[in-house]
Amino acid sequence: MSKSNFTRRGLLKTGAATGAGLALPTYLSAAAHEGYLNAPTGSTVTLGFNVPQSGPYADEGADELRAYELAVEHLNGGGDGGMLNTFSSKALQGNGILGKKVEYVTGDTQTKSDAARASAKSMIEKDGAIMITGGSSSGVAVAVQALCQEAGIIFMAGLTHSNDTTGKDRKANGFRHFFNSYMSGAALAPVLASNYGTDRKAYHLTADYNWGYTTEEAVRASTEAMGWETVAAVKTPLTQTDFSAYITPVLQSDADVLVLNHYGGNMVNSLTNAVQFGLREKMVNGKQFEIVVPLYSRLMAKGAGENVKGIFGSTNWHWSLQDEGSQAFVKSFGTKYGFPPSQAAHTCYVQALLYADAVERAGSFAPCAVAEALEGFEFDGMGNGPTLYRAEDHQCFKDVLVVKGKENPTSEFDLLEIVEVTPVDQVMYAPDHPQMGGAEASLGTCNNGA
Amino acid sequence: MLGLDSKDFKLLLIVAALTMLAPFILNPFPEGSGMAQFNAGYPDLMQRFVIFGIFAIGFNILFGLTGYLSFGHAAFLGVGSYGAMWMMKLFSLNVLPAIAVGIIVSGIFALAVGYVSLRRSGIYFSILTLAFAQMSYALAYSVLTPLTGGETGLQIKSTDNPLLSTIPEGEIGRASLFGLDMRASYEMNAGDWLFTFNAGYYIAALIMLLAFYLSIRIFRSPFGTMLRAVKSNQTRMYYTGLNARPYTLAAFVISGMYAGLAGGLLVAMDTQVGPERMFWTASGEVVLMTILGGAGTLIGPVLGSGVIKYMENILSKINKDILHEWFAFLPDGLEDFIVAIVYPFVGKGWHLTLGLIFMAVVIFLPGGLVQGGQKIARLFRGKKASEDSDEKSTQSTPAE
Amino acid sequence: MEAIILQILNGLDKGSAYALIALGLTLIFGTLGVVNFAHGALFMIGAFCAVTLSRILTLSHTVIDESKTDFLGNPLKVDVPYVYDFFGQATGDAIIDWAVPLSILFAIPVMMLIGVVMERGLIKHFYKRPHADQILVTFGLAIVLQEVIKYFYGANPIPTPAPEAFTGSFDFGAMLGFDPNMIIYPYWRIIYFIFAAIIIGGVFAFLQFTTFGMVVRAGMADRETVKLLGINIDRRFTLMFGLAAAVAGLAGVMYTPINSPNYHMGMDFLVLSFVVVVVGGMGSLPGAVLAGFLLGTLESFASMGAVLEVLPGINQIVIYLVAIIILLTRPRGLMGRKGVMED
Repeated sequence: MSKSNFTRRGLLKTGAATGAGLALPTYLSAAAHEGYLNAPTGSTVTLGFNVPQSGPYADEGADELRAYELAVEHLNGGGDGGMLNTFSSKALQGNGILGKKVEYVTGDTQTKSDAARASAKSMIEKDGAIMITGGSSSGVAVAVQALCQEAGIIFMAGLTHSNDTTGKDRKANGFRHFFNSYMSGAALAPVLASNYGTDRKAYHLTADYNWGYTTEEAVRASTEAMGWETVAAVKTPLTQTDFSAYITPVLQSDADVLVLNHYGGNMVNSLTNAVQFGLREKMVNGKQFEIVVPLYSRLMAKGAGENVKGIFGSTNWHWSLQDEGSQAFVKSFGTKYGFPPSQAAHTCYVQALLYADAVERAGSFAPCAVAEALEGFEFDGMGNGPTLYRAEDHQCFKDVLVVKGKENPTSEFDLLEIVEVTPVDQVMYAPDHPQMGGAEASLGTCNNGA
Repeated sequence: MLGLDSKDFKLLLIVAALTMLAPFILNPFPEGSGMAQFNAGYPDLMQRFVIFGIFAIGFNILFGLTGYLSFGHAAFLGVGSYGAMWMMKLFSLNVLPAIAVGIIVSGIFALAVGYVSLRRSGIYFSILTLAFAQMSYALAYSVLTPLTGGETGLQIKSTDNPLLSTIPEGEIGRASLFGLDMRASYEMNAGDWLFTFNAGYYIAALIMLLAFYLSIRIFRSPFGTMLRAVKSNQTRMYYTGLNARPYTLAAFVISGMYAGLAGGLLVAMDTQVGPERMFWTASGEVVLMTILGGAGTLIGPVLGSGVIKYMENILSKINKDILHEWFAFLPDGLEDFIVAIVYPFVGKGWHLTLGLIFMAVVIFLPGGLVQGGQKIARLFRGKKASEDSDEKSTQSTPAE
Repeated sequence: MEAIILQILNGLDKGSAYALIALGLTLIFGTLGVVNFAHGALFMIGAFCAVTLSRILTLSHTVIDESKTDFLGNPLKVDVPYVYDFFGQATGDAIIDWAVPLSILFAIPVMMLIGVVMERGLIKHFYKRPHADQILVTFGLAIVLQEVIKYFYGANPIPTPAPEAFTGSFDFGAMLGFDPNMIIYPYWRIIYFIFAAIIIGGVFAFLQFTTFGMVVRAGMADRETVKLLGINIDRRFTLMFGLAAAVAGLAGVMYTPINSPNYHMGMDFLVLSFVVVVVGGMGSLPGAVLAGFLLGTLESFASMGAVLEVLPGINQIVIYLVAIIILLTRPRGLMGRKGVMED
């Protein structure tokens, strides 16, 4: 009796396994042949795109899905090739991955870890997906990453910014291209210091869950190192919609900067409320009051409308970058869909390409071989300058963008302008940094699932 | 047989047959065919069917019999999951102690919540249970993070070393039953068909059968009659010198333990737990499952949970490409037109279809899906049978 | 001191939103005896009336501006709203600026219509059905309405600012003799409070002092007898449903400048408004309003830093905790009527 931990469907899809009649069960699964789970046996390979399609991040998820569809098109040799032309590694030929045509399945994470795992499991068990990617929150990323580790599948994280994903919850089978809280803090602090001075008093409003904690910690640590003082840090419930009760105490404090460690709907609402209460016109200790949003996204900026103007934050990537890779991506995305891609779309597109490239270079779909190819991989031409996929924690190290809300947008997409591209050295940290789970954090061993 | 009358025994046998043959029944379409999208016979979904079936059966013992509508039942599911998870992380990777702890922890929690909430009835009771569940959710998500893992939840890590289990260095512990991995599967090919028999599923299914059997016994016992009396007229019961409280509290705790069992099984099958499991929408979901299937009926809640989980997992995965594949045989213009019409109802629009089904069922089948089944049965069986099913439907009056 | 005054203002402001929604819910829930899970959706649709009107006002034709380029390097397409063509740019801007207040006029008939259609087409058939069925059907309806809005407007919040004239803040502190700029409150939130007070007062006056209201109240108390007297109570109930929908819708319209509306805002408010109604007591309109303000104020105080230091996480649960305490000490909430939805 065979004991495969997860089922093998790709095998049958291609008809490679001939029907042996009712009474004769197959004893051999592809896992036994290839030594890893869901090994593609036919002329196609299936990737699983697990993105939020319902719930508050549905629009972000839709943009991720567009990016994946574009990546699949490019991998299969369609379209204009996008970043394949600018990518420093030339392993990909535009003939699929290892000559196998790329197919994909999609699922809805609902931004809930249970639903995301159920969806990922169905991709693995039912559709024979060889890799899972996507997602728009750290809770989901950590949950699905753990699942992929247990199952023996590669997980290429989508948008997840919490330190934990490649910090205390890092996994050997999981990889993150997106930046994290620590990098946001490290990139923002110098820009804030040069614009607002080093003698500032900050008031933090923090979303009361893991991502909020790590972001507050990172921003506090790096701004305090610059000489800022943190006068208060108040936690706000995730389900909060009206932040007035948290904003008014700021009026009484002697703080002159408000840091909003919020994302998504929380951020849109807290920023809108802060501006309503006239914080932007306020003068404290003879200084102009300022608001900072550590993690920006264009979709959120759009939701907050006029309120984002002039407000600093950080972002992983922005379509207005002028390098070759970004331009190529914006061009093919914009031509296909009629608007520029979001940072979520960018990171997902890049992750799909990086995975495919790693498979090509490894010459195998086996997760451990792919992981080895990704570890320590240095590349360029993907929009963020020279980038390193660090082996110790599977985190990408690259330049970080500090942006601010644009004063005079020319279109509904032109909401952020790049203030500074913080060089990678400035956001580098040791793999056993205390904010990253310290010395205890470990990747564990890579799992092939068979 | 087994202390059941012949009709109930027949029902139990049918349920047993359905669950045991589920890998066949849920995979009616050959692999690789366009319809394979609708196959639900893979381990994860089958496990979810029976686990949420247990959850709904338990909920129905409270709601279907006593009419007390708890709007916070997901809290017991979540607490059971956390209990089981910690058991696995600290004590043993064997699922049995974990599930047992899940049941016990939920039972204690249900006793506390029930003791307070059952002082009120009707909508006031519903809101009290809702309040407890929402507090559990909010705290688990935030201040209790050290205990619950907060947003990212709890998983078994390579650093976890349960007392009774030995795990090779760097490996992650896996849930097992005396060494039988929950994820172990046996696959059978038959022509173009592939059937998967998963160890975890069968363990969950056996537990569900047991839970189902217990629920039949409760429904048919004097205790069950007493609970129905609470529903029909509590005041009259009071005047006959009976205090309803102990009965309702017992039902509430049993129902909470069923939820804890489901929660423990969720962890046993998929070693992870997050606080969303306790959000009010999750509590609402079990209410909807029960009503959709037919509250107060034995089999209804199981059907309802099956329908909702099927929609969530199957419908949401149908994307535009798949639609184009299905309708590729049509002329181009027509194909695009049909896809444009169908697309809003599948994939990211699966909630829309779910909402429409809720409305359709409750408008056309006031007794839930079970009533639909009875209607069909009546059509086939003619007059004599219709008397029979009338009798059955009086037994299973939809609850309020 | 300043902090406390501000939190009281916050509480009143938040409470007025809760009270408005709870009022509409109670009109349906406590009086017609229908558990309406779609009430949050009505609130949301009200907010999207404002979004829709501002979309209509900014209906545009495109003009190609050769001097600028878009993100692909093509000449920039600039949208010019038709109102510019009709009224000139200055007046056009002013009209667009006033989209939210204008939406009130737009939303009243729309919401009344939605309410009446909902009652006639669906809810009417559920008066005698068990509450469980009402929950299922209205929850289904709420999901459907929500998904329809998501299909047309997406999931992202849509900014709908208040008119320029109301963006500032009013300095209460200066008026009361505190330092200037210490106790300020945004104009729009003050307007929201006044608006809520007017609507609440209006609904009470309508029920208390008009014949129509009297008949409806009689119908709530004893529907059969009123029917026997030859009064068409059904039609009046339909209108009441329309009224409740309009109240929810207006609460939504006015809320849009405070928080950008999104398709699931109704669900976010739904649970809270149920708690508010029940804490107020079933079937009691004053109870719902009182509970709205009470819970709003307590929530505001619980989120103060000083409170959180003593009781971390209290801001997460205060509403539910208070609800439990009230329901345990007062069996029917603050002002509930005996026998309404107790079984």
